[in-house]
This record gives sequence, structure tokens and C-alpha cells, in this order.
Amino acid sequence: MNINLTLIGQSITFFIFVWFCLKFVWPPIMGALEERKKQIADGLAAAERGAHEKELAEKKATETIAEAKTQAQEVLAQAQKRSNEIVDEAKANAKAEGDRIVAAAQAEIDQEVNRAKEKMREQVVAIAIAGAEKILKREVDQSAHNDALKDLASQI
Amino acid sequence: MSEQLTSTAYIKHHLQNWTYGLNPETNSWGFAHNAAEAKSMGFMAIHVDTMFWSIFLGVLFLMVFRGVAKKAEAGVPQGVQNFVEMIVEFIDSSVRGSFTAKNDLVAPLALTVFCWIFLWNFMDLIPVDWLPALAGLVGEHVFGVDPHHVYFKVVPSTDPNATFALALSVFFLTIWYGLKNKGVGGFTAELTMMPFQSKNTVIQTLFIPVNFLLEFVSLIAKPISLALRLFGNMYAGEMIFILIALMFSAGATMAVFGGVLQLGWAIFHILIVTLQAFIFMTLTIVYLDMAHHEH
Repeated sequence: MNINLTLIGQSITFFIFVWFCLKFVWPPIMGALEERKKQIADGLAAAERGAHEKELAEKKATETIAEAKTQAQEVLAQAQKRSNEIVDEAKANAKAEGDRIVAAAQAEIDQEVNRAKEKMREQVVAIAIAGAEKILKREVDQSAHNDALKDLASQI
Repeated sequence: MSEQLTSTAYIKHHLQNWTYGLNPETNSWGFAHNAAEAKSMGFMAIHVDTMFWSIFLGVLFLMVFRGVAKKAEAGVPQGVQNFVEMIVEFIDSSVRGSFTAKNDLVAPLALTVFCWIFLWNFMDLIPVDWLPALAGLVGEHVFGVDPHHVYFKVVPSTDPNATFALALSVFFLTIWYGLKNKGVGGFTAELTMMPFQSKNTVIQTLFIPVNFLLEFVSLIAKPISLALRLFGNMYAGEMIFILIALMFSAGATMAVFGGVLQLGWAIFHILIVTLQAFIFMTLTIVYLDMAHHEH
């Protein structure tokens, strides 16, 4: 329990230990701790950035989908329109073709009718002449009355 | 060897340091053979056991921490690195909490103070007879000395030399930093111009001796209270362990009772061991903080 040189010895020892701790123990450990703190902070920042980017990407994806939908709608509308046009065109073509065919048929019919009429006319003339011949066999001069009968036949 | 048979002798033997010093009678350096001889050596003596254990424990602490410091990296810490980092962060947060100025010395100082004192105090938890008995055996069989003259105190903090050395070193640092940061004028003013102040120069001059008396006492009280608090707590704890150890030689019933008491006191002592180390460290930080700031 006596106070003696131990006091001085202990003090010297203490300062040596503190010096050692100050030089070789504290800085590396604190350095490592700081470094880790920084890494964790960086990691958290990166995670946050990632989350933000994901949000942006989601937003962009939504926009793209909406755009694609609009486009599809447009394409659909155009296709509808085009198909309507095609149908209309086809209808018009068909109608024109039909009209043409009808007109051609009509023309043919007209032609046929005219021909038939012509033929009938001739036959009527022939019949009329034959009839008239039979009736007027004796008194009528065929050549004298031919003009008058032709005129008659043309009026039929 | 009748002295060994009494309780008083047993206790006294346990409280005596292993002393190496200048014997005034023979005027030569040597180990003291008993308490009276050690006392007669006065200041020119050194407690070999205190020095040995404190240096041993300090080196142990520094080796463990240095080992971690060398390999310390920012990756996932493992094993002893975890433990060391836990302590370092605890010290760091304590220093950040109490010390507001900038001084790179304070944190390593606090770490050394805390760990060193903790290890000193921790020696108290080793049963009181183990290491002294071992030392006695070594002394008897290796060096051929009377084992009853082998004194071996294993708890450095029960030696006032150790606690006062620490407290005075801290005191020296507070004076040093006080003078460095406040200058001689500021330091002196702190001792003489407070707590009584007056705008009147004459009255202020009259206040100087009163202020100095008050402030000087409070200045001196810091290292003394710091050293005595640690010493007193650990000495008392050690004493109770010794008294409990006496019960082991007082019959089977008392021995069992003593065993229970020893366990209980040791468990309680874990708290004291840590608490005293923590208090010493915190006060060291606070005193150094005060040395960096004007009041």
C-alpha cells in the first residue's frame, strides 16, 4: 500500500500504451468502420437509385403500352376503314359490272328485238304480199303496187 | 510458520505487494521479505506484481486489438473483429457524446483507459488464492524461497500506485491541454476569477484568494477522486473475496456457504468491474473536454 516508484513505472507504461493505441490500433479500426459506413451508405443510395429507376421504367412501360394500344386502335380503325372501302369498291365494281352486263344484255335483246322485228316485217310484208297476191291475183300488178306495200310494211 | 495460521496473517499476506527496492538497512536492492521491510524501502521500491500484471494485461489488450487493426477491413466482420469493433464503437460514441472539441488523442486514450482498467479489475474475479498460491509454488520450487515470503497481488487496481498513476497521467493531460488551449492567462483566470465575480476591480481582487482556494481544491479533487474511487471499489471487492475465502477453512458448512457467497459476489462484481472502468473512462473524457473549453 506504499506509494513508490510503481507510480512512475505505471505512468510511463500508460503513456506507452496510449501512444501505441493512438498510432497502431485506433486509426486502422476506425478507418475500417468508416469505410464500411461509406459502403453501406453507398449501397443504400444505389438501392434507392435502383428503386427510382425501376419506377421510371415502370412508368415508361405503362406509357409504351398505352401508346401501343393507341396505335393498335389506329391500325384497327384504318383496317376497318380500308376493308369498308374495299367492300364498297367491290360493291361498286359489282354494280358497274352488273349494269354493264345488263346493258349488254339489254342491247342484245334490243338487237334481237330489232332483228325479230325486221324479220317479222319482212314476213308480214311477204304474208301481206302473198295475201294481197291471193286476193288481187288477177287485177293487181305486183310491180305497180310494190312501192305502196313497202311503204306500208315500213310502218309496221 | 505460525503467522500463516491466523486469519489476520492470511489477509495481510494477501494485501502485500511483491516489492523490489532499496533496503535501507543493508543499503542494497532486493525483494522485500515482509510487509515491514517493504514499508521501510519507502519510495525507492517497485511493486513487481503490479507492474507485471498491468503490463501483461496491457500487452494482451494491445495485441488483440492490434491483431484486429492489422486485418481490419470494411467487409463483413467476424469473430474477434466483431468484438473489438463493438468496443471501439462504444468508446467512439462515448467520446462523441462527451467530448466536443477536436483532439485525436482522446478516443484512443479512452479506449486504453477502459480496456486496461477493465482487465485489471477483471483479475479480481479469479479466485483470490489461485495465482498467489501458484506464485508461492513457483517461488518455492524454482527459486527456493520461503513460499510465505512470496507476495503476489494480481489485481493492479487494488494497488493505489496503479490507480494514482492513471489518474495523475490524466490530470497531467488536462493541465497540458488546459494550458495549450486557454493559454497561461486563461488557465490562471479559470482558477482565480471564478466562481465569485464582480465588476468592481477592487472587490474582484479581493475575491482572487477565495476563488483560488475553491478552484484549487476542486482541481486537485479530480485526480484524487478518480484514483481513490477505482482503488476503493476494487480494494473493497478484493477484501470481500479474501474474507469469503477465509470461510473455506472453517468447516464444510461454512465452506459451502462461502462458495455460494463467492458466486454471488463474483456475479455482482462483474457489474462493478465494468462500471468502474466505464466511470474512469467517462470522467477522463469529461475532464479533457473541460480542458478544451472556456467556462
